[in-house]
Amino acid sequence: MTAITLDRPAPVARRVSPAGWFRHTMTLAWRSLVQIRHNPMELMDLSVQPIMFLLLFTYVFGGAIAGSTGDYLQFALPGLIAQNMLFATLSTGVGLNSDITKGVFDRLRSLPIARSAPLTGRIVADTLKQVWAFGLFLGLGLVLGFRVHTGVAGVLGALALLLTFALAMSWISVLIGVIASEPEKVQIFAFSILMPITFTSNAFVETSTMPTWLQKWVDVNPVSHIADAVRGLLTGGPVAGHATISLIWALALAVVFAPLAVRAFKNRV
Amino acid sequence: MRYAIQARGLVKRYGATKALDGVDLEVPQGRLLGVLGPNGAGKTTAVRILATLLRPDGGRAEVGGFDVVRQAHQARSLIGLTGQYAAVDEALTGMENLGMIGRLLGMTRPAAKARAAELLDRFGLSDAGGRAAKTFSGGMRRRLDLAASLVGRPQVLFLDEPTTGLDPRSRTDLWGVVRGLQSEGVTVLLTTQYLEEADQLAEDIVVFDHGKVIAEGTPDELKARTGAQILEVRPVHAGHLGLVSSVVADVLGVTPDLTGGTAVAGVQDPAVVPAIVRRLDDLGVVAAELSLRRSSLDEVFLALTGHRADDETTDETAKAAQEVAA
Repeated sequence: MTAITLDRPAPVARRVSPAGWFRHTMTLAWRSLVQIRHNPMELMDLSVQPIMFLLLFTYVFGGAIAGSTGDYLQFALPGLIAQNMLFATLSTGVGLNSDITKGVFDRLRSLPIARSAPLTGRIVADTLKQVWAFGLFLGLGLVLGFRVHTGVAGVLGALALLLTFALAMSWISVLIGVIASEPEKVQIFAFSILMPITFTSNAFVETSTMPTWLQKWVDVNPVSHIADAVRGLLTGGPVAGHATISLIWALALAVVFAPLAVRAFKNRV
Repeated sequence: MRYAIQARGLVKRYGATKALDGVDLEVPQGRLLGVLGPNGAGKTTAVRILATLLRPDGGRAEVGGFDVVRQAHQARSLIGLTGQYAAVDEALTGMENLGMIGRLLGMTRPAAKARAAELLDRFGLSDAGGRAAKTFSGGMRRRLDLAASLVGRPQVLFLDEPTTGLDPRSRTDLWGVVRGLQSEGVTVLLTTQYLEEADQLAEDIVVFDHGKVIAEGTPDELKARTGAQILEVRPVHAGHLGLVSSVVADVLGVTPDLTGGTAVAGVQDPAVVPAIVRRLDDLGVVAAELSLRRSSLDEVFLALTGHRADDETTDETAKAAQEVAA
């Protein structure tokens, strides 16, 4: 048997280089993605759920809401994509919380690695999951009859807008993930916020069909603006106004929640 | 003498509770220090400070000559940590868990794989190495956790209650591994609630209670400190226990404890034992068991603190405060 411990080569680095930070981030992003392979539930979240929502909304509500499933799909797919993006930001907080409560986080923090790597690695992985979900929605949508009227630039623009907003949202997710005492609570807490917010928007139904008091909220709801911006970017129509408002919301969320999340993060760990 | 771990006056407060109240620790290179104490005594807090996970409110500590606050990064490159809970990623295989750590420590992919395979082999996990860790038994997880803390060949290893919750066999296995590390010259700081564990493994022991070091020394020194050996007498006929009790009380001047049908009492002077044997013989009492032994660490702990090591009630508040803060 070989000796398990040997004297480590003497000079010890004083801090992590940017290249080291990048490598640590990528290794931990890899870890988040490999987890999916051993965790069928996460695969469900990432793939089965979007497919199910898309089919249910199109074929169950489509006729009643828009008169035909085809017309409804054209209207609702951008909304579904926006909703899914918001819910997917949860995974950052859930994953972080489970690392903290299970002690994996302590192990990582006892290693000579960049302090932020456990966070940045997770965010890189979650961004890739967002890209995957976007592709899945769009691909399946196309099969079911959704038509992109703009082009590749429009599609990439929509993806970029969604990822930017998701990144801003993930600060909220991180904050909840750090404060919550267990992963299930992250899910329950976030669900009870996200569900009403996404449904009181124009993601699935035209605003004009709602009572006027609700319309007032729907018009300011950031989800409405993201849904409209994605609509415009995929199927044509006004983009600039909605995209600008979405980005302002994203910036505001980041400005408010990033410092809170970082502070909570430093206190907890 | 070179110290691998040196701490002076460590203080950590959680609100009004002092989890650590001025703790000094010194562990010479290559020694195994057992930190003994009940729940909430501050053992975990001390380990978390020494492993750079927690900043002390007062005092300072060095690991391998590096200050754990100001030179935390350097200190981290020398240490390995196995916490109270098996901190393995349950959704990764054993191989992936260890490989990930190798990669984080800057090994190339093949080197990380080779190191992972070597450790899996050493901890008897080769066959399970390709399975997700969530399918592992408790003992296997702990072994994987310990393996994970060894990927970087640490010079100083922190083991925080490594056998809590393990079955006796897994515990003995883990002791074997720790002894192996000792023989390779790794400095180990091990916390435990089990006096037997400290007795088995530790070369030096410090006893924590309420955030303070209340005693230190080798296991033998600690046992000698209570000054007493323990006399145990169990009569063949349970009915004779009363007679035994009165004889022992008469000769030793202390009333023996009679729990479990055995008279147990502390003895200052071993020369009195023959007198007891003669008196019992005169009375026709036959002893099924009559022994004189050194006091166990359990009895030492009782003598030092006034409460038993597994008596958790006294420290509930400190423990609760610690959990809230953690």
